[in-house]
Amino acid sequence: MVKVTIDNHTIEVEEGTTILQAARLIGGDIVPPAMCYHSKLKNSGGKCRTCMVKVSQGSAKDPRPIPKLVASCRTEVMDGMVVQNITSPEVVEARKAVVEFLLINHPLDCPVCDQAGECDLQNLSYEHGSNTSRFEEEKRTYETINIGNLIQFHPNRCILCYRCVYAAEQLTDKRVHGVLYRGEKSEISTFIQQAIENDFSGNMIDVCPVGALTDKPFRFKNRVWFLKPMEAHRTCSKCSGKVTIWLRGQEVYRVTGRKNKYGEVEDFICNECRFEKMNSTDWIIEGPRTIETSSVINQNYYAKKINPHVINSLKEKME
Amino acid sequence: MERKIILENNDIEGIRFLDVYRQNGGYQSVEKALKTMTPDEVVSEVKTSGLRGRGGAGFPTGLKWSFIDKKSNNPRYLVCNADESEPGTFKDRYLMERIPHRLLEGMICSSYALGANTAYIYVRGEYKYIVGILNEAIKECYKNGLLGKNILGSHYDLDIYVHCGAGAYICGEETALLESLEGKRGNPRLKPPFPAVKGLYDCPTVVNNVETLANIGWIVNHGGESFASIGIGKSTGTKLISACGHINKPGVYEIELGFPVEEFIYSEAYCGGIKNGKELKAVIPGGSSVPILPKELILNTLKGEKRLLSYESLADGGFESGSMLGSGGFIVYDEDDCIVRNTYNFSRFYHHESCGQCSPCREGTSWMDSVLYRIENGNGRMKDIDLLVNIASHIEGNTICPLGDASAWPVAAAIRHFRNEFEFHVEHPDIVRNSKHGSILQYTNK
Ligand SMILES: Cc1cc2nc3c(=O)[nH]c(=O)nc-3n(C[C@H](O)[C@H](O)[C@H](O)COP(=O)(O)O)c2cc1C
Ligand code: SF4
Ligand code: SF4
Ligand code: FES
Repeated sequence: MVKVTIDNHTIEVEEGTTILQAARLIGGDIVPPAMCYHSKLKNSGGKCRTCMVKVSQGSAKDPRPIPKLVASCRTEVMDGMVVQNITSPEVVEARKAVVEFLLINHPLDCPVCDQAGECDLQNLSYEHGSNTSRFEEEKRTYETINIGNLIQFHPNRCILCYRCVYAAEQLTDKRVHGVLYRGEKSEISTFIQQAIENDFSGNMIDVCPVGALTDKPFRFKNRVWFLKPMEAHRTCSKCSGKVTIWLRGQEVYRVTGRKNKYGEVEDFICNECRFEKMNSTDWIIEGPRTIETSSVINQNYYAKKINPHVINSLKEKME
Repeated sequence: MERKIILENNDIEGIRFLDVYRQNGGYQSVEKALKTMTPDEVVSEVKTSGLRGRGGAGFPTGLKWSFIDKKSNNPRYLVCNADESEPGTFKDRYLMERIPHRLLEGMICSSYALGANTAYIYVRGEYKYIVGILNEAIKECYKNGLLGKNILGSHYDLDIYVHCGAGAYICGEETALLESLEGKRGNPRLKPPFPAVKGLYDCPTVVNNVETLANIGWIVNHGGESFASIGIGKSTGTKLISACGHINKPGVYEIELGFPVEEFIYSEAYCGGIKNGKELKAVIPGGSSVPILPKELILNTLKGEKRLLSYESLADGGFESGSMLGSGGFIVYDEDDCIVRNTYNFSRFYHHESCGQCSPCREGTSWMDSVLYRIENGNGRMKDIDLLVNIASHIEGNTICPLGDASAWPVAAAIRHFRNEFEFHVEHPDIVRNSKHGSILQYTNK
């Protein structure tokens, strides 16, 4: 076991634990946000840079600080390590910067995006973003790519977290898509624009932190905050059959994997469970799924937090 | 101060070929190392020599070699980084074109020291013709028992393969290079683990620059101490400087580290002064990634000492008033050159070359490029200048690999030292729009 201190909370964790995992064990506000890391996907993380923290003491043996901020999702703790997250102004500033970078080319089309209400980027910008944009150039846009009947792909919203690439690589035996081109022109693409068809492809929807990959049959059917998430299961030969069904009245609007409070799927589910079992009688309902107070689905949270100054600053800008 | 290690005998006709190279003392170090020294002795000589990596970062080579994971049962690899894509840098190309055997000789000694039986040379895509030169030289070595099984009867085996990249600057970053060598997309890996522990095919690997490896033969022949006595302080040995820009004699020069910058620019033996009798305006001393310095600061440090071509002297003053030796890509600007245009050009380069893995670099490089494009074309605003500084500071240090920093430094430095030119662009959009590319006479007449 090794001891690590994060924002003045000390905890003992197993060797090989990352700073992010250790912070999640402590819980609360000190948990860095993570957009690209997904605990169920090998090699994920390190890319989006939202989870960066400052290591002000490397370890008990070598107390020197690490000169640059590190990606907490991919940095393992050392015995006696001291980490600063929200207590470091440098980290807070860097995170703000990363959020800005993630948003400059994002279409900000939340009003017509099915992910709205359960979008990691929305949450992230709400916590760390700015009211106005300094970006005055033309945004990057793509033609929509058709990747089949079950998944809707909006490349404009993609933040290139690579999660879907890892999911496709690790859940199915055939590599069906990846990243084309480089730099700002990188884009997720299927292999010569073919439909993604396999039993587990739907999980890409669940791992996508934004609205780039969404459930096509569910498209524009309802806002997620009008739906009631219920934990349910069925016997399935392909997957665990443990899912969340999203109900309005008795109608099942969609089926997803069960996500933990960090937006990570607990069990990957098969496409049969996700797309074909659309009657509530198909499922044994366990009970309502708890919603985090910080979730956008919890509307009251927003009512409490809206800062009237926003309106003033807009008005000032118009005058 | 004429001192040649790497380019020694460079002028001899036919030095590209094994027989001529050998007649002039070539491959003696291989005989010496393989037959009379243990691998550890070679490593120890390299440590003593104080040789530092010539790829840009200047990391001590012997120290890097000693990090190689000796406990691992996996094979070890030596990889030569010949991706040389940093704008302004063309020294490795010159070396490989002229004396490919110098590199191979160094690689054989280095591989022996590291216990590697396979070595790779990763050549940038645009240097395709060099692949032919290297393969020809390698073939000669195999024929003469310098490569392959049981080299010179020493029971040591080594194969060297040349791999040609597809033309990506990012594949010069050592971990991206390894990915590319493995046949994958050239995305840099997260470190740690470092290549010395988990490199090519997850095996212990050392990645070294062409010029770094080309020094090893000499070090084996003459000993680490003699090498350490050349140069100045912790900058030992010589360095290839590829000089370009508005000078009378652009080209590749070998200088002893510690050579004064002023003499390098103005002496007939080197750059031969500024072209067309113009005034020197600024220099980028180590390839496009390092900070640009105006005339006063490149010739003398802020403390008033003469600026020397060495790791320490060029870095004197930090980024406030100093720069870096980097890869030795020495780019000279004369009084007419437009720093804004130049900065825009570099920004465009980094935008184009970012691998796009991490958000600050992917988004930041394109943002800076767009803003600089506007300023350069007379559509800039005053606040854009501070915006650029701010974007650069948000990229710097927040990325997976140093390409992010490399894209931020030139912008930050150009604005730090030449803010007036950026302001001029904003204030005089008409002049800027109508000026010839890269040359604004107004600066000279101000
Ligand atoms: C974006 C980027 C590009 C690089 N390009 C090169 C290159 O073209 N050639 C090179 O030798 N090193 C290059 N490097 C440095 C290598 O990562 C590595 O440090 C070097 O090959 C180590 O060799 P050395 O210790 O002999 O200098 C680059 C680094 C970065 C971050
Ligand atoms: S489509 Fe979604 S999951 Fe895939 S890289 Fe883009 S944001 Fe990430
Ligand atoms: S800094 Fe740029 S080039 Fe390096 S890994 Fe990140 S996106 Fe790729
Ligand atoms: S979550 Fe760690 S870098 Fe993206």
